[in-house]
Amino acid sequence: MLTDEERKEIREEIKLYPYVEAVCIDALKIVQDHRGWISDEAVNDIASELEMSPAEVDSIATFYTRIYRKPVGRNIILVCEGISCMIMGYESVYEKISGKLNVKFGETTPDGRFTLLPVSCLGDCDHAPALMINNDHYNDLTHDTIDEILAKYR
Amino acid sequence: MIKVKIHINGTEYEVEPGKNLLHTCLALGFDIPYFCFHPALGSVGACRQCAVKKFSGTDDKTGKIVMSCMEPVSMGLIISTDDPEIKVFRAAVIESLMQNHPHDCPVCDEGGECHLQDMTVMTGHNYRRFAFRKRTHNNQDLGPYIHHEMNRCIQCYRCVRFYKEYAGGTDLNVFGSSDRVYFGRQKEGALESEFSGNLIEVCPTGVFTDKTLREHYTRKWDLTSSPSVCTQCSVGCNILVGERYGLVRRILSRYNGAVNGYFLCDRGRFGYEFINHPERTRKVMARVRDKEFLEEIPDEDRRSVILSAVKGKKLAGIGSPVASLESNFALEKLVGKENFYHGIPDKTFTLIKTAVQILKEGPAHSPSLKEIEKSDALLILGEDPMESAPMLALSIRQASRNRSFEIAAGSGVPIWNDAVVRELAQKIKSPVFIAASDKTRLDDLAEEIYNVSADEIAGLGFEIASLIDEAAPKPKDSGKSPGGTAKKIAETLKNADNPVIITGLHYNNVKILYAAANISRALVRMGKKASLSIIFPECNSLGLGLMDGKPLEELIEPAGMRDVETLIILENDLYKRFDKERIDNLLNNCENVIVLDYLMNDTVKKAGILLPAGTFAESTGTIVSNEGRAQRYYRVLPANGQIMDSWRYISGIIDLTGKKNSSKWKYFDNLVASMTDAYPSLGRIREILPDSGFRIFNGKIARQTPRFSGRTAINSDVSVSEPGPPEDEDSPLNFSMEGFKGVPPSSLVPWYWSSGWNSVQAMNKYMDEPAGTPAGGNPGVLLFDNKNGRMAEYYKTE
Amino acid sequence: METPLTQYIKPGTPPPGIKEYEKAGGYDGVQRALKEMKPAEITALVKSSGLTGRGGAGFPTGMKWSFVPEKTEVKGFKYLVTNADEMEPGTFKDRYLLEGNPHQLIAGMIIASYAIQAQKSYIFIRWAYKKAEIIIRKAIAEAYEAGYLGENILGTGYNLDLYIHSSAGRYICGEETALLNSLEGKRGIPRTKPPFPAVSGLFGRPTIVNNVETLCWIPHIVAKGSDWFRQLSLTGEGGTKLYGVSGRVKSPGLWELPMGTSLREIIYDHAGGMQDGYKLRGVIPGGASTDFMTENHLDTKMDFESVRSTGSRLGTGTMIILDDKTCPVAFIRNMIKFFADESCGWCTPCREGLPWAVKLLDSFEKGTAKEEDIGILEFLSRYMAPGNTFCAHAPGAVEPLQSGLRYFRKDFLRHIEEKHCPWK
Repeated sequence: MLTDEERKEIREEIKLYPYVEAVCIDALKIVQDHRGWISDEAVNDIASELEMSPAEVDSIATFYTRIYRKPVGRNIILVCEGISCMIMGYESVYEKISGKLNVKFGETTPDGRFTLLPVSCLGDCDHAPALMINNDHYNDLTHDTIDEILAKYR
Repeated sequence: MIKVKIHINGTEYEVEPGKNLLHTCLALGFDIPYFCFHPALGSVGACRQCAVKKFSGTDDKTGKIVMSCMEPVSMGLIISTDDPEIKVFRAAVIESLMQNHPHDCPVCDEGGECHLQDMTVMTGHNYRRFAFRKRTHNNQDLGPYIHHEMNRCIQCYRCVRFYKEYAGGTDLNVFGSSDRVYFGRQKEGALESEFSGNLIEVCPTGVFTDKTLREHYTRKWDLTSSPSVCTQCSVGCNILVGERYGLVRRILSRYNGAVNGYFLCDRGRFGYEFINHPERTRKVMARVRDKEFLEEIPDEDRRSVILSAVKGKKLAGIGSPVASLESNFALEKLVGKENFYHGIPDKTFTLIKTAVQILKEGPAHSPSLKEIEKSDALLILGEDPMESAPMLALSIRQASRNRSFEIAAGSGVPIWNDAVVRELAQKIKSPVFIAASDKTRLDDLAEEIYNVSADEIAGLGFEIASLIDEAAPKPKDSGKSPGGTAKKIAETLKNADNPVIITGLHYNNVKILYAAANISRALVRMGKKASLSIIFPECNSLGLGLMDGKPLEELIEPAGMRDVETLIILENDLYKRFDKERIDNLLNNCENVIVLDYLMNDTVKKAGILLPAGTFAESTGTIVSNEGRAQRYYRVLPANGQIMDSWRYISGIIDLTGKKNSSKWKYFDNLVASMTDAYPSLGRIREILPDSGFRIFNGKIARQTPRFSGRTAINSDVSVSEPGPPEDEDSPLNFSMEGFKGVPPSSLVPWYWSSGWNSVQAMNKYMDEPAGTPAGGNPGVLLFDNKNGRMAEYYKTE
Repeated sequence: METPLTQYIKPGTPPPGIKEYEKAGGYDGVQRALKEMKPAEITALVKSSGLTGRGGAGFPTGMKWSFVPEKTEVKGFKYLVTNADEMEPGTFKDRYLLEGNPHQLIAGMIIASYAIQAQKSYIFIRWAYKKAEIIIRKAIAEAYEAGYLGENILGTGYNLDLYIHSSAGRYICGEETALLNSLEGKRGIPRTKPPFPAVSGLFGRPTIVNNVETLCWIPHIVAKGSDWFRQLSLTGEGGTKLYGVSGRVKSPGLWELPMGTSLREIIYDHAGGMQDGYKLRGVIPGGASTDFMTENHLDTKMDFESVRSTGSRLGTGTMIILDDKTCPVAFIRNMIKFFADESCGWCTPCREGLPWAVKLLDSFEKGTAKEEDIGILEFLSRYMAPGNTFCAHAPGAVEPLQSGLRYFRKDFLRHIEEKHCPWK
């Protein structure tokens, strides 16, 4: 079942479209914001709210990179591996984070604090290398600034 | 139809405009490779395999690569199908598809009828340069009918387009993206759609294969195969039945452009294992001296046992709505018209007779499934087509798209441009109204759903008729339908160009039939072209309804029973249709009970003599579909020990008892002649269906492919010397590889194959154009006149 | 030098609110368009200005608008959609405009919607631009309050709703028809064209999809006219362009310069030239899906036509510099990997061809490549040519590959001969 909060937010989005099914992606994002990731149960909850089949909802969910169908940590680090970031040394950024947290791309730290994922490109090309943690952008990264940035996130 | 001139490879052709180029080229006989295009599903342009070169004018020497499935045929089109650049490109597409395709051919079910194999050979790709790891997938258990092997997928998207968009299924979909797209269910489990079996034919590789075939796997080329007709409901879809070593292996769809088109429902496709069932009746058996069980009779005693039960005895025969016309007729001839009982509850039989009368009188047309698909307004009155006639329900689903085709045409978009049509029309559908007692699986299509009792459904129908033509009688509770439903339906039907009313015997209520007839008659009186489709309960209910027969209730009553000494029951488990007590009474009171059937059911267990009847796979017979289309099924298993066509057994009994008529039935065709003499309404069967004397260039039609193997070895465990192939005197088909090597008439097609086309796509070569008319016209012959114009009276409402 | 698009953008400070922007004349175009002009006149004006799409395709904007039919078979809305799904690697110009001056975009959207008689409009913004999303939501609310959106705008009887929808990832949603499918809540698979969105777009209705930068021009053109627009550029194409440079230059950044500014000026004057110790080897001029240009092309005037004559495309105008200390193969591999991952999976050449190219480029980097692999890469570039695929994703993807094979062939050969990447 969707929570009342989730339902309320989805109903607001439905107003933007002529058909209920059109809100599917917005619904997935709303539920993901509340629950952290989209579980099978979440798929079913959204499906019954929008009167779609679970297969249809999941077909849409699994297409989009930012809909997580596996559990993720409390904070999601998206390291940009776009071309400009690559030129400007994203690899050392990745190695620093990966080494410090002891996770590779696609993995979550055992304490659930961080999930490390790649992304391309964040639109920060003139201040490469860049990354995002949750909704925050960080750019002009150096070896040193990374420790500071990670420390902000519990 | 004004044709246009186009140039293909330098030659001018006159063709119909508006079709897509791939369709046109295939119709002209060109071998163009393709995957995602399907004649029933239209074009989407995804696979890029059907590339051709288009030239902007005669001076254009380089041309442009275009996808023929997305290219509309227009005046002056200049194309090349064999330009060198095209050949390279087509081979490149195959090479890409082969990148991740497993080296499965030798162990893949699809081998030998695989569209991917055919296209690989056609494009000439043979050396794979991809030297890296292939992507792999996990398979899902999709239920008892469909086997899933995702590694073989070439991502043509046909499966989801058929399952979701054509058939309205909701549990098969595409997941993921890029080169990891996955076609399956969200969670593994049995596929829910009634049409899931078509995935087997729609999938061009071995991703979705027939699980029932896997239980007793045989390569396509090794099958003996026959044209047949499905006996699971009254629609009469055309099928192909394949056997080897005496086991029926699988059923495929046989194209009938008027009835089932390319597809089948799961009941028809997978409902054949009863033929192979261990509890099949295979021997003549008798109950000797009040023993509890039937026992086999030694060969030499058989005649005498049967004769003693029949000669000089007062006979009564009970027919069946699932047995062929010929079997029912033969029984009637044996016992005499006054002693022939139709074998279904009288109430049902009255309904059938009423339906027959309505179809005969008209004036509404009895539509084929294809004609239903063309309807622009449908009323389902008192039926649940998904239950009683699934393929008809599928046609209704296609009909609901007609409004979207109109909208698309208004923007210059042709029907075959499938994704564009769907996008333009969004949720707009042609109107479908459903009046039923409960939910149906067509409810998602309906504009209005009216769930009430059967009598109220009839009342609604009468009201609609009276609103269309005020001369039609009003029901007693006129105007009771909620919110002006009747008025809305009446208006919609009246304003439609091609309205169809669908009704049937599902609710066992004759007033519903009357009401449906009245609606159709009212529409015709108002100058409309109306169609009325009546769904019958069983595959030959209509056929039986065209014959005479007395109600079994007469026989079951003590007065009727007294006289009968020997009761002969034809393919009918009476316990399924009547009270146990009354049937016990009947069977206990007859001195001899002879049963012809193919499974050990309760009636058979009460028989004194059991004659093993042939199923549709083991006999030749004619049945009449709900449309009024008489179609013939041909055996695929030759005479198998003691199993024989029911009519053959009965004809033998007639011979035994020395009746004078027997000499006329040496051959099946003689029996048919007798039958059509006795029942002129069946006369057309004789005129049009090819009979057993039919030959093409002196050749019969081979049931076995030219690559059939093991001919000499099959029998070697019995005898080393090769026996002659079994004779088939009932039809123009052979039980061997010998015969005419070209395209036979559509009603006699035993398998689909053409040079370079080993898969079901070979069907294209058997018709004038994809989704067109097969050679010789669509199989079957219509028994009703169906000429609009004759006026008929309205039925009373009470 | 006039910089109409960026004159009110001061990085590091909040964008102008509606009152501030109105005072600066930012909504003058809206007033003029709705009160003094007919929809067809606006389209004609934009057409005569010669404004071409700034999303990468460079299609004449006014002409695109003119394809919207007046009447339709079925009643319903028409739509205007802003493509703010900027995800092309190396591109960062729309973010600047979205975060810096949202009201400029909104004003442009109002006028464009009015021109095509749309009653609903959407901004399709990429998921990652969260800051911009918040800024825009605030601006939309301000615009509604001030009566520029909603019913009876400025008393003219014109109704327009403007919504913002943020995506869920996937680069392909930047392709206009895939964007429409995504906006409809479906998988972001592109659609076949024709019919074009102007005829059958969002929910099957006539729709125009325009890039952020393109729409930002509209209020200025309506307020100041097409002649003014034309004279802003150095060549005939009109207007200014947001040019960007990233890579090993001294000052990577974004500048609004007259359309047709030379490549040399952009890189050496505005971006400060190469960093010490680095040499320029190649330029990808307009986002990852454009062909390389080299030092031989430095005097090219960076407008659509001139760049096309060098064999490349202007695209988004934000360029990435290949320096001599970056391996060209790795450079190309990074971009092809991006495109391969972002393939939607609909058509065969893209879905299968791009991953194969990635695997081949990986083998070059690992040192296991063979001579024939160059031939296979060239074959793949031809295989995924425009027209052979369903949309422009793969043809764009192979542009750096095919030009890279031409200009840097020696480097590819070195990987094969030396059996390792010479830059490692």
